[in-house]
Amino acid sequence: MADLRTEEFTVNMGPHHPSTHGVCRLVLTLNGEKIIKIEPVIGYLHRALEKICENRTYAQCIPIMDRFEYVTAMSCNYLFSNAAEKLAGIEVPERAEYLRVIMLELNRIASHLIFYGVTAMDIGALTPFLYGLRERELIIDLFEMTCGQRLTYNYIRVGGVSRDIPAEFEPKCREAIKIIREKLIDYEGLLNENPIWLVRNKGIGVLPPELGIAYGVSGPVLRASGVKYDIRKDDPYSIYDRFDFQIPTRENGDCYDRYLLRLDEIKQSLNIVEQALDALPEGDIKAKVSPNFKPPAGEVYSRVENSRGELGVYIQSDGGKKPLRVKMRGGSYNQLQVLPHIGTNCLVADLVAIFASLDVILPEVDR
Amino acid sequence: MSYPLAFGELHGLFGWLYELLESTGLPQPWLDVVRYAMLGAMVFGVLSLLALFLVWWERKIAAHIQQRFGPMRHGWHGWYQTVVDAVKLLTKEDILVDTRDKFVFFWAPVICFVAAFLAYVSIPFGEGLIVSDLNIGILYVIAITTFTILSLLMAGWGSNNKYALLGGIRSAAQVISYEIPMVASILVVVLFVGSLSMVDIVNSQSGWITNWFVFRLPFGPIAFLTYIVAATAEANRTPFDIPEAEQELVAGYNIEYSGMKFAMFFLAEFVNGFTVSAIAVTLFFGGWHGPFLPSWVWFLLKTFAVVFLLMMFRWTYPRLRVDQLMEFAWKFMVPVTFANLILAAWMKYAGWYW
Repeated sequence: MADLRTEEFTVNMGPHHPSTHGVCRLVLTLNGEKIIKIEPVIGYLHRALEKICENRTYAQCIPIMDRFEYVTAMSCNYLFSNAAEKLAGIEVPERAEYLRVIMLELNRIASHLIFYGVTAMDIGALTPFLYGLRERELIIDLFEMTCGQRLTYNYIRVGGVSRDIPAEFEPKCREAIKIIREKLIDYEGLLNENPIWLVRNKGIGVLPPELGIAYGVSGPVLRASGVKYDIRKDDPYSIYDRFDFQIPTRENGDCYDRYLLRLDEIKQSLNIVEQALDALPEGDIKAKVSPNFKPPAGEVYSRVENSRGELGVYIQSDGGKKPLRVKMRGGSYNQLQVLPHIGTNCLVADLVAIFASLDVILPEVDR
Repeated sequence: MSYPLAFGELHGLFGWLYELLESTGLPQPWLDVVRYAMLGAMVFGVLSLLALFLVWWERKIAAHIQQRFGPMRHGWHGWYQTVVDAVKLLTKEDILVDTRDKFVFFWAPVICFVAAFLAYVSIPFGEGLIVSDLNIGILYVIAITTFTILSLLMAGWGSNNKYALLGGIRSAAQVISYEIPMVASILVVVLFVGSLSMVDIVNSQSGWITNWFVFRLPFGPIAFLTYIVAATAEANRTPFDIPEAEQELVAGYNIEYSGMKFAMFFLAEFVNGFTVSAIAVTLFFGGWHGPFLPSWVWFLLKTFAVVFLLMMFRWTYPRLRVDQLMEFAWKFMVPVTFANLILAAWMKYAGWYW
């Protein structure tokens, strides 16, 4: 019998594709359903954020940073404020630091809840998506109550925060924590032991820790591979050294561990928020800072641990009221770079699961 | 034991209609033509309405599982939402890809739609409510529902789209694999009844509820479970909906279809879901038999219960991967169903059954 002629074929997954979480394009070379090559093509969402920041005063950059990583916009606000404060030597009031930690952790929970829903949806379970967003809504309501915005907050400013929390924030926040704790049990019951969920996630997309470190991967993805690295503990910023919390890690580095790890992180973040609410002091919420303050010439790198790894900003100042150069660093960018390594030789369905478990967000990749 | 005929039985109505037809004095061949055209139109109309209802029902169930309301605007709890959707799809522009294979692209939805409805020739809706009691009834139903694969392959090929092609290939592999355990599960019932006729199968389960095949231990429940799993795969529903896996293949085989052609695939999918449930009821749940209510009401109630089960599967489970699906079919379903078949054959031979 003559040999059948077979051919590899190329599929463009994206930029318009339901499971690329934005406008990522993956050029896949397929042999049947097996992926033999992945080429991520990025830049569809490039907005030149770094250049825009160079043309604005430090205070005006904060709303731009909101668009950097809009799922955890609080981290981006904090990141830039912290860098500018370091540069100009501004002292932040105690109460503002506590409020910042509360907001950062709430935002991390909201982001992980989105991850929970979206990952489940990518693997074909449509219902958890609605559940994840339902609990996220509680947190978003808290943000709206505080700063009037639901996605791009512009809340954490240079020198403090933009406004104090309203009186009903604390009881509502404690109630939300209680509800989320209860619902987490439901979440785990729905998916953790589900046989289909297990076969779809266990042993899929294993990221060896060496590969992760070599590519600069950080955050939950690296911790799921067994590397205990969290900037909140290893290079504490703000007042994280005052709280009692664990850094969960997992050993296998597959999709399932990345999923479990994020659920663990939600629990830890809930603890931090509770501790911060208990210890919240009275006082000022913002240091006196001129809107057009001029930091001395110099450079600074500030970094935070957000829900997608290390988020960093490098600012160079020439002593003027605008930064001379701004460089941003996002965790998703590095996570997208390991995708071709851990995603080849699997099936298209696995690629979707791996992509979801890396929790890549495209505006942060493209800047 | 058979139940006394309850009020509201419909086969009297058909007898009256036939008498009316005969009284017109048409010659014999024309009489049959008119009679079958009438039956065809009735089955088509009833099933179209059922499919529309099922779409609405599924959306409502999904919504309530997900703590939403679902359609609420059109009528009480949005009851005519799907009618509005159907009208929208009918009046929508039919977008055609230039590079399509014209013949195949056009006929794929037609075959899918027609095959879905043809199965109802031999499904008894109630006592006396069957278009034609073929002596090969269940075999005919299995054969005709398999046409769906052909249409999915045609759609995948004719669209000239890589995602569609992948969806078509996946569906062919899936449906052919699950056909075997499905038929093997059905054979258990056929073995005991000794007939392929749907009416005979239903009548063999008359009487007490223990006569239903699903309660005939030990092979009955196993056959039902394997059948319902294979049927879920046959009807392309989650967790086996990989041919149209939205998150991987965007929409699979129907990615290039729009307007009424898409609606035909969509309605056919729901009709297929109803078909596999109707077969499950006929084979395992005593078909139309039941006390007090008219037989067709019993049949519909039971079928909707099975459809509800399929919908609950869909909205709670994630999706399997294509190779895991095949592994499950060949490494688990096929051995289990054949072992069950052998067990049932042995018990029948030994006479250990009731």
